[in-house]
Parts: sequence; structure tokens; C-alpha cells
Amino acid sequence: MRLGVLFSGGKDSTLALHLAAEKETVACLITVVSKNKESFMFHTPNIDVSGLQAEALGLPLVRVETEGQKEEELADLECAIAEAKSRFGIEGVVTGAVESVYQASRVQRICNRLDLWQFNPLWKTDQKALLETLVAKKYQVIISGVFAYPLDEKWLGKQIDPVVIARLVELQGKYAISPSGEGGEIETTVLDAPLFRQKIEVTDAAVQWSGSSGVYVIKEARLVPK
Amino acid sequence: MTVLVVDMNWKKDSLAYTEFVSPIVAAVEPLVACAVRHYLELQPSEIDGYSHIILSGTPLKDFKFQKHLDRFQWIKTCTKPLLGICAGMQTITKVYSETLSACQQVGMTEITTTKENPLFSGAFQAYSLHSYSATPSPLFEVLAESKECIQAIKHRQKPLYGVLFHPEVRNPDILKRFVESGSGI
Repeated sequence: MRLGVLFSGGKDSTLALHLAAEKETVACLITVVSKNKESFMFHTPNIDVSGLQAEALGLPLVRVETEGQKEEELADLECAIAEAKSRFGIEGVVTGAVESVYQASRVQRICNRLDLWQFNPLWKTDQKALLETLVAKKYQVIISGVFAYPLDEKWLGKQIDPVVIARLVELQGKYAISPSGEGGEIETTVLDAPLFRQKIEVTDAAVQWSGSSGVYVIKEARLVPK
Repeated sequence: MTVLVVDMNWKKDSLAYTEFVSPIVAAVEPLVACAVRHYLELQPSEIDGYSHIILSGTPLKDFKFQKHLDRFQWIKTCTKPLLGICAGMQTITKVYSETLSACQQVGMTEITTTKENPLFSGAFQAYSLHSYSATPSPLFEVLAESKECIQAIKHRQKPLYGVLFHPEVRNPDILKRFVESGSGI
């Protein structure tokens, strides 16, 4: 089955891509760039890095921009998936949804209208186990956004490793923070993954902090040999 | 005591396994041992080796199980607690020679209990992902409904249940109560 992966460049969509590629044929990536930083549907920090990630993966990228208004962004997503179907002959769509019924059901309805299969291979995965899988599979994932107390600017740009996982799990106990960021507490960017033929090197980045949240903005990056 | 989860997806070890089978296993495994078999490999003689049976759901476009109803005729003689989820409930309905009707629901759904039972009570929200609803044979009673369709059934004489919604998503306690039923846990 030829599949398109809804790809934000974060850990969940990259891991979902990995699982999909183990079972079926991934034909393309689909990225929606939302201008709305509060979007419930689409991951926003460093979404522009998805072009480099697609190149590292050797996969074509269908990229659309949306103003990010609640239901209009779904219409834009539908256009992107329809384009992926006509250009790359996809028969199904894969998402990195873990817990969000909001995201999964909206993508499901779009796929249904377009007569496509829909898969969420990370659905209901234990969050600590998900992070540990990334480390075990040698993903290089950095935290590119934090959006909940007590996460502060010191977390931005940090690579997810066993120490970071232990700290996030500790915060889950104290502050009910989802360790894998399912509640939107953290966003991530993948710099290297097993399916990447090259890895991403960040050559210029800056921390932007405002109130109680912040992002690690990758200004310049390039592909380098692994 | 071991619970058998029957993988109803269109093929063994499919991309849908972690979405439709693993969450069921994750819900019941802390209570009891769990085994998984794909429906195309399951032999009726194996059923005796398990205490409870759960038939999983499938992706919205996966109807292959409906072409293999011959693989499920053992349900009619099964006296062990059995729970069919979504595709599983549709399969139970078809095995008892009743029909399915087009009825699509995707997302959280309000479910209302219509008959007291050991698995759930009152009104609650559950995740729906189906294209067909099932009208059971007179051998079954209706346990719950949503505005659109029948959501849960039980055989009048046997512990044979069907739920159209997916309890593994937001209502894992229903699965726990099912495996605790008739087990002495």
C-alpha cells in the first residue's frame, strides 16, 4: 500500500513514518505550515526544516501553507492530501497521533471523503516508552518548543536522552505534564533518525521566550554526512 | 487464565496492529495473561485454551473480515465470555445471520445505557470509528444506544457481548470489567 505521512518534522510523525515504512511503502510526506502558532492540528516550531528532513529521507514533500483558522486549516489539509493522492498515488495516510481524538478523527474524516485508508501507528502508545524508543533507535531529537510551567528556556534545544526523559517523567508526577508533550507542553524537531540518509546540522539558532513559553528557532541548518 | 485477543485486521502483523490490537492488550495485560492470534490463523479448537475472547476493531476501510465469516462460525457454539469490538460486533451480528446498515460515526460519541449490565452504566462518552451499525438477532438484547444507532448488545443466554464503540481508546475500564467478569478476579 502506498502511503503519505502527515509530517511535522517532530518526533511523533517521524517515528510513525518509521513504523509505516517497516510495513508498507511510504510514497511522500505531507506538511502543513500553519501561520497560527496556537493551531490544535499542526506542530509549528521549525516546520520549515521539513524540507531538509524530506531531503534527508529521500522522499518527496507536499507542502501547503494555511492561515491556521480552526476549520479552514482542515480544508487546506484536505487539499494537501488530495494533491498527494493525485501526484503520488497514495492509498492511505499515516499520522503521528498518540492520544488526540481531536486530530485523529479530523484526519480520518478527510481520508474518508478522499477514499483513503488512515493509520495512527503510535495510537495509545505509552509516552515514556515512546521516548525510550527514540533513544534506543538512536534518533537525535531536540526540544524546539516549551509551552507549560515549569518548563523554561533551559529546556530549549536540549536533546532527548535518558536524563531528559527521567526529568520529564518526574515532572509528570509533580505537575501532570505529559512526558511526550501530548498536551502540547513540548514540541520537538528531529535532526537525525534511522531512515535519514544524512543528518541535519543546525548552524544558527536562537531562543525566543515570551511569558511562560518559548521556542528554539532554527535559523540556518544544513545536511551533513552521517 | 488467559485472554485471547483476535486480530481482525486485513492481514497478520499489519500497520493497523498497534492501533487496534495493542491498546486492547495494554488494557487487559496488567490483570491477566494475554495472547493474540490473527483470525485467519485461529483454529476453533484453540478457543478452549482461553478464558475470555476479544475480537478487535479494524481501520474504517477494512472489511476483509466480512468475506471470511466461515472463520467465525465457532462463535455460535462458544460459551466463554466473548466481546466483539466494532468489526467484532459486526462479525457477531453477521454470524447470527443479521444484516448491517450504513451508519458512519467518527469521533467521540454520547452512549446511553439502556439495560443494566456488568460492563458499563449510565451515559458516557466513547470513541466511535465505524461505517456500519448492526441490528442484532432476537437472540440478543440491546445494552446501549447512541442517537444514531445501537452501540452495545448481549446474547440473552450467553456472555457474548458486542460494542460498536472502541472502549480501548477512552473507556479501558470496560475491558477490565469484561475480563474480570466470570473469572473470579
